[in-house]
Amino acid sequence: MSTWVNIKRILRTGFFSFSRNAFVSLSSIVVMVITLSTIGSLIFLSAILNNTLTEVRGKVDINVYFITAAPEDDILAVQKRLETLPEVASATYTSREQALQEFRERHENDQVTLQALEELGDNPLDASLNIKAKSPSQYEGIAAFLQESPLLSRDGVSIVDKVDYFQNKEAIERLTRIIDSAERLGSMITVVLVAVSVLITFNTIRLAIFISREEIAVMRLVGASSSYVRGPFVVVGLLYGAVAGILAILLFYPVTYWLGGVTENFFVGMNVFDYYTKNFGQIFAILIGSGAAIGALSSWLAVRKYLKI
Amino acid sequence: MIYYDKVSKIYPDNSVALENVTFTIEPKEFVSIVGHSGAGKTTLLKLLLAEDRPTEGKVFFGSVDIHSLRPNEVPHYRRKIGVVFQDFRLLPDKNVYENIAFSMEAAGRSDEEVESDVPHVLELVDLTSKIWSFPNELSGGEKQRVAIARAIVNQPNIVIADEPTGNLDPVNTYDIVQILKKINDLGTTVILATHNKGVIDSLERRVITLEHGKIVRDDKEGRYII
Repeated sequence: MSTWVNIKRILRTGFFSFSRNAFVSLSSIVVMVITLSTIGSLIFLSAILNNTLTEVRGKVDINVYFITAAPEDDILAVQKRLETLPEVASATYTSREQALQEFRERHENDQVTLQALEELGDNPLDASLNIKAKSPSQYEGIAAFLQESPLLSRDGVSIVDKVDYFQNKEAIERLTRIIDSAERLGSMITVVLVAVSVLITFNTIRLAIFISREEIAVMRLVGASSSYVRGPFVVVGLLYGAVAGILAILLFYPVTYWLGGVTENFFVGMNVFDYYTKNFGQIFAILIGSGAAIGALSSWLAVRKYLKI
Repeated sequence: MIYYDKVSKIYPDNSVALENVTFTIEPKEFVSIVGHSGAGKTTLLKLLLAEDRPTEGKVFFGSVDIHSLRPNEVPHYRRKIGVVFQDFRLLPDKNVYENIAFSMEAAGRSDEEVESDVPHVLELVDLTSKIWSFPNELSGGEKQRVAIARAIVNQPNIVIADEPTGNLDPVNTYDIVQILKKINDLGTTVILATHNKGVIDSLERRVITLEHGKIVRDDKEGRYII
């Protein structure tokens, strides 16, 4: 007999038992929807985490304030030198006039402060360089460079008023550590959750197959080969996974829509609904694929117990 | 053709099911195996089906030692044997046609063969009118006839019937025994395990009597004597 006839029969038997055992199918699918929702939530969570980390990293920086008497050429020389460092992503110069302008804009509703500024007559603000590193761990090196560089003094007198790194140092280091452990913890939680949900699914399918043990016994007695007995169960497991995958991805539509606004406010500019719609194809493939794989593998393993001769 | 060679079966709890059993069954024979419950009848049949292994001794089918078969050879071997049980073991979610067709499909027969042989074998057990019924719509005797049809549809060399009339009334019992005789007349070896005295006495065929796992009698045209 041709393999094709065999495959056809296995598929047919699989589809039949899927539809005839509606209740067993339903409960298995519900469990798998939960499993796949866990996996889906982890996709969203890691996207949110990554986005937040990128945003927060972008906000870490060093500001070097120069004394008011520092000549602009000297500051620009420092900027040029900094930009040649491999650790530095950008070094932005803010002149005293710009600083004053920004200060005025920031306090445009605060008459008292503006009045005080007027009374000073002179511009009290320092020119500054805003330095961004490529990674948070590199700020230490940049700060050290700033301390030792001969460009930062003129005639033996330092032209630097203050470097706020030394004030932020503690905070920056702590943030770096938090980011690192968040990433490590995230991947650990992912592994554990996926393992737990796979086990639950496996157990559910095992129960579903336990109901069919009589059928398996009869199949074996009439001389069905192991793969012929196993085939339909693997097909059913595959169907469970695929249907559960479709249900899970549909479920994420209203959930992410509802959470979209909330997350945007809470996690610096990350809207999960946008993420869902932009990455729909990828999420769809991951959920259906892992659902089908978990279902088929669970069935394959669960039937094995009944195939021992 | 079937040869039990000094076969013993001791279960892990040390209960002895069979002890040093040796006998031969020739092709086309009709052999009844009788004995009280627990005498070892079912164990004897399970060994022949390769469902269980003997603790000692060997069981041969032709020249093949059944328990030396590799796991992937066992299904092929089982296709040479049809089995009928006391509790029928039909699949409840399949109708009569599907229950029998399923056995043929598992044995790898073509769709054309299935379509022509299923009605034919149902005719043989006189159940053509119930072809689309589900098992829960059938009487005990009808269920057992479906089970027999399923057992013989692949034209096995041997039909094993383990207490096939245990759940049936005398009329149905008579019918089932007549069908088994007919199968035997058509050239199939039949091994019948039972403790129904009436069945044995009416058959007038070979009887092997088991007691506490040992063969105590082996009579041609025997009667039920314990």
